[in-house]
Amino acid sequence: MAETIDTVAHDEQQLPLGPSPKFVTANIDVPGIDRLEVYRDHGGYQALEKALKGYQPEQLVDAVKKSGLRGRGGAGFPTGMKWSFLAKNTGKPSYLIVNCDESEPGTFKDRMLMELLPHEIVEGTIIASYANGVHHAFIYVRGELAYSGVQMERAVEEARAAGYIGQNLLGSGFDLEITVARGAGAYICGEESALMESLEGKRGYPRLKPPFPAVVGLYGGPTVINNAETIATIPAIVRYGADVYAAYGTEKSKGTRVYCLSGHVNRPGNYELPLGTPLRTLIEDYGGGMRGGKALKAIIPGGSSVPFLLPDQLDTPLDFEGIAAAGSMLGSGGVIVFDEDTCIVGAVARMSEFYRDESCGKCTPCREGTFWLVQLLERLEHGEGKASDIELLNDICDNIAGKVFCPLGDAATMSITSSIRLFRDEYLHHVRTGGCLVGPGARRVAVAT
Amino acid sequence: MISDDVKQQMREICARYPEPRSGTLLCLHLAQEQEGYITPEGIAAVAEVTGSKRDEIESVVTFYSMYFREPPGRYVVNVCTSISCYLGGCDHLLAHLEERLAVRRGETRADGRYTLRGVECLAACGMAPVLQVNGEFVERVTTESADALVDRLERGETVASAPGAWNVLADGRPQDTPTVSGASVAEDAAGSGRQQGEKAR
Repeated sequence: MAETIDTVAHDEQQLPLGPSPKFVTANIDVPGIDRLEVYRDHGGYQALEKALKGYQPEQLVDAVKKSGLRGRGGAGFPTGMKWSFLAKNTGKPSYLIVNCDESEPGTFKDRMLMELLPHEIVEGTIIASYANGVHHAFIYVRGELAYSGVQMERAVEEARAAGYIGQNLLGSGFDLEITVARGAGAYICGEESALMESLEGKRGYPRLKPPFPAVVGLYGGPTVINNAETIATIPAIVRYGADVYAAYGTEKSKGTRVYCLSGHVNRPGNYELPLGTPLRTLIEDYGGGMRGGKALKAIIPGGSSVPFLLPDQLDTPLDFEGIAAAGSMLGSGGVIVFDEDTCIVGAVARMSEFYRDESCGKCTPCREGTFWLVQLLERLEHGEGKASDIELLNDICDNIAGKVFCPLGDAATMSITSSIRLFRDEYLHHVRTGGCLVGPGARRVAVAT
Repeated sequence: MISDDVKQQMREICARYPEPRSGTLLCLHLAQEQEGYITPEGIAAVAEVTGSKRDEIESVVTFYSMYFREPPGRYVVNVCTSISCYLGGCDHLLAHLEERLAVRRGETRADGRYTLRGVECLAACGMAPVLQVNGEFVERVTTESADALVDRLERGETVASAPGAWNVLADGRPQDTPTVSGASVAEDAAGSGRQQGEKAR
């Protein structure tokens, strides 16, 4: 892994766009870039013209494969491969869904793209539709993000008025309709099969797979579902070329991605950096280090659904393989930083409440298990837990993970099992003293029995 | 009462999809806008335009957290309580608002003015702690800026629709420090979100 990073670093002079290019956020601070005119003044929709006039759909799929782009929603599946799996000649229309249902705790990049760069998402949607032979695409915006929804709707209308959506786009013979849909409050609808149910006007229950969406998806037709940031990257890949994009990042995690930095740092924010950038660079150089000069205690590198990392892992490269080798997952790119005064049991209890509240209730282990996990964690946090509760937590996690329809159940267990592994003493401290090891609830003295 | 005009809008929404039922969520949003919450009439209207049974629409209403099944307050204040806001002190903020608004979380004040809720992650983790007033963001909230916000709501003002106070620049380097002080948060929320970009130039 280290070699791969070094290779990129050593070749910095030869990199086509300099060491740290912005493929997605290059124009994010241009005033008015959310409007079509300004977006076009800065090169917007040139990639679309290039794609429609210069490429056959299969060539675009190959280019995206070659770029090495992997899904930015969480799973990191190669985008070009996902496109090539789309079933052909099924006799049913194919669909594209852009997943803008951002709700993973610690993740706030898609909302930024929708608010500030909606046309980049629209342009990417049109190119991706063309590449996949899709004539009706849906942009599913999270319900709570009202302004994002307004921005996406306006961008689609502007693009329609400019002739980028509709019949015979730019004389290519290609027809496309885009519909902006809205959620109504349900984390689970970020899961692709639940999202399709929601788009069909139903409760957001995940579907059993297989069949996978690429074969039987929305309205029973073959369906591609891509994250908003993934789609927003497509215009840059077409514009600069797959090779240029692939020159960045690491061997298996190519290009850049938008990291969402939050928690106890001086400058939380969204930073687009090449894959493989060390965690330390993100936190110290971009994040300005720890807030208040406190010491670092733990990091969650990919949204609340992934395991903790420790301070001695700060040199881990932020790419899919590097983070996996360190024992966690890159997930949605939501990097959450915890300082030394954070009670891990309290923080884990809070993260677990999220999964309890957001479990859709379809699968018993998740519906019941997430409820019990919170009960146990609250009990421990408030000094009423027993040492055996720690094993019970692990046991319940074991009965959820891998035993449910969708990844939400597994996600609910990640912070719990990893924190017990890494911070068991802190759990035991709660049992022994009835209080936290650190922070405002700290208690040093053992409870008299 | 769902007006004919709103019903027409609902039909137009449904026509955007291959199957009219796909319009269900947006039609319910419209019904709620019209009536303040989801009423039996609202459910009936959405069932009619989407070609669904009322039970099917009701099953959708009860699944999604944004649909109110009883009238909410004039101002719905949703405070994010997920992990990044938790690290940013949202529990303190929520407790402060409970006191200031004289209503407990999860409840609507008896005079119908405020509904206060703790909600799950609102995708504003870099601007924690964050809240929404009637769906519009107020970010990097302090107790002082929360008080200033409540003062404005007391005067009958609303929070304008605006982009978030994003602090990232195109070169990837952030501004020195988020400059938002207590008092200016409410102003940011009132519609000067583009300041971020302008300041950068």
